[in-house]
Amino acid sequence: MPRAARDFLRVGVPVVLLFALLPLAYQNELLLFNFVLFLILAQGLNAVYGFTGYLPFGYVGFFGAGAYGFALAVMHLAAPPLLALLLAGLAGVVLGLILTPLLRLSGAYFAIANLAAAQMVYQVIANPALADITKGPYGVSLASVFAPRASYAVALVILALVLGLVAWLRHGRFGLALQAMRDDPVSAAMAGIPVLRGRVVAWLLSALIAGLAGGVFAWHISVFYPETAFDISISIFAIVFTLFGGAATLTGPIAGVLVLYGLYNVIGISVPQYFQLIYGALIVGLVLFLPRGFASLLRRRGIDVP
Amino acid sequence: MLLHALLGGVVFGCYFTLVGLGLNLVFGVMRIVNLAHGDVLMLGSFAAYFLFHLAALSPLSAAPLIVVGFFLLGLPFYYLVVPRLAASRDAEMLSFILFFGVQQIIEALAAIAFGSSERSIPGRALGIGAVHLWGQSLPRAWVISALVALAAVLALYLYLYHTRLGLLTRAVMASREEARASGIDIHRVSAIAFGIGLALAGLAGVFAPFMLGSITPAMGSIINLAAFAVIVVGTLGNPLGTVLGGLVYGVGLLLMQTYLSAWADLLPNLLLILVLLVRPSGLLGRRVRLA
Repeated sequence: MPRAARDFLRVGVPVVLLFALLPLAYQNELLLFNFVLFLILAQGLNAVYGFTGYLPFGYVGFFGAGAYGFALAVMHLAAPPLLALLLAGLAGVVLGLILTPLLRLSGAYFAIANLAAAQMVYQVIANPALADITKGPYGVSLASVFAPRASYAVALVILALVLGLVAWLRHGRFGLALQAMRDDPVSAAMAGIPVLRGRVVAWLLSALIAGLAGGVFAWHISVFYPETAFDISISIFAIVFTLFGGAATLTGPIAGVLVLYGLYNVIGISVPQYFQLIYGALIVGLVLFLPRGFASLLRRRGIDVP
Repeated sequence: MLLHALLGGVVFGCYFTLVGLGLNLVFGVMRIVNLAHGDVLMLGSFAAYFLFHLAALSPLSAAPLIVVGFFLLGLPFYYLVVPRLAASRDAEMLSFILFFGVQQIIEALAAIAFGSSERSIPGRALGIGAVHLWGQSLPRAWVISALVALAAVLALYLYLYHTRLGLLTRAVMASREEARASGIDIHRVSAIAFGIGLALAGLAGVFAPFMLGSITPAMGSIINLAAFAVIVVGTLGNPLGTVLGGLVYGVGLLLMQTYLSAWADLLPNLLLILVLLVRPSGLLGRRVRLA
């Protein structure tokens, strides 16, 4: 069996099954949905950060674009939810295409420019001058398509696809090429790897994932404001979850979401400042002592982390 | 109206130069991105607020205290964090994430200590009345803030170009490796530059209540974007280029507020992206940041 399929069966399938069965035992479906959402987003971010080294600080921009793509398709085209979801993914990809020139920048400049771009999308959508089209700062309501069960199921399907994608990136030819160019772009280019094309494809894939996540979020929650869809903490959570477990692995971001988002729901909701303090300290500690996440601890002991 | 916007723009530009100055110095010397810059500025604002309301110290006399205090805070912080960071692979990117964590810590601690209500220092603390220039009147607090900013730029210029330590600092900016090879204690030079960077942020914070409105623990991240826009438009890694970035930003901001007020918030982001894409090295710059 190819290693990608093996990893997917060992790690991906159990996670999807777990979240498919949990609603039978646990009533708070919104919380479970948020877990699934962050699993998708963390893996989407992993696809671009883990495999190309570009850290999209404004990742939430694609998520928000997807949420509003879904909302606009429902409000103005009266599109059925699944079609609207495809348009949401398309919105993410289009925004990704528009921002492709940012890939010319390196490291921190890319992250800052990406953050600024996400802010701009937010400021345009939330602008009262566009209230006729986007409802501006007043938020959208999509009661006509509200379907929590169906949207939860669709979110699980997206999660399965994304986990499969990351498993393939880890072991497939394309993902190996990406990792080679992440570690040393010049040598990779010398070995005949099309560096530019690889980066753009990974970038657009990750934009597509966030767009779909935004769309399914809009569908599930059905009433939201621009501040919710473009909340910068969505980017931050996805980054911290990925860093915590270890980027460029399949299990790392999953572990990050389960541990940290679990922790957030235990203490973060009642006293957000203390949670902010904890994850601030966690980031500092990770960067100084474990820049490659907890997966690197295991790997150092010779244990292979899928 | 146009003249007023331009004049106000220049005044704001001077202030925004000060906002970006420390960030640019730290980047130029250490090649690390201090994402907590806006939050240090916020701490400066709170320090000025408490000195004014509890110790009845006017912002102008509080400013030197804050500058010295923040400089002294910067030295141990540098040794605690930066040498370890500089030794790692891809220090620039990691510094970005690390200081993001620092930012979260500062913001959380400030919210716990000060609460999240908005605070302000009354404008009369910097004198009453308006300053008249070419038939336009500007609030006195704006003009004083701008003059302090210009004084800070001048002081940094004198430090960099007319002292021995400044010469060493410029050597480290030009090439860290060669500076080390020629026997310069780069950690000492960098620690002092880091301290100066924090001191400049604190100084900018003292005048933030007059220029940016009320202060809250969460104000840092918005200021960060403005500061980045300023130093990217100016020139990253060239502290004195910040002046140009500050002026472009200030004049642009006031023009937008006068003629297109609904879209004025877009300005820092728009400037940042346009300059990064069209002229990634900044308006004056050498090339540093293409992938």
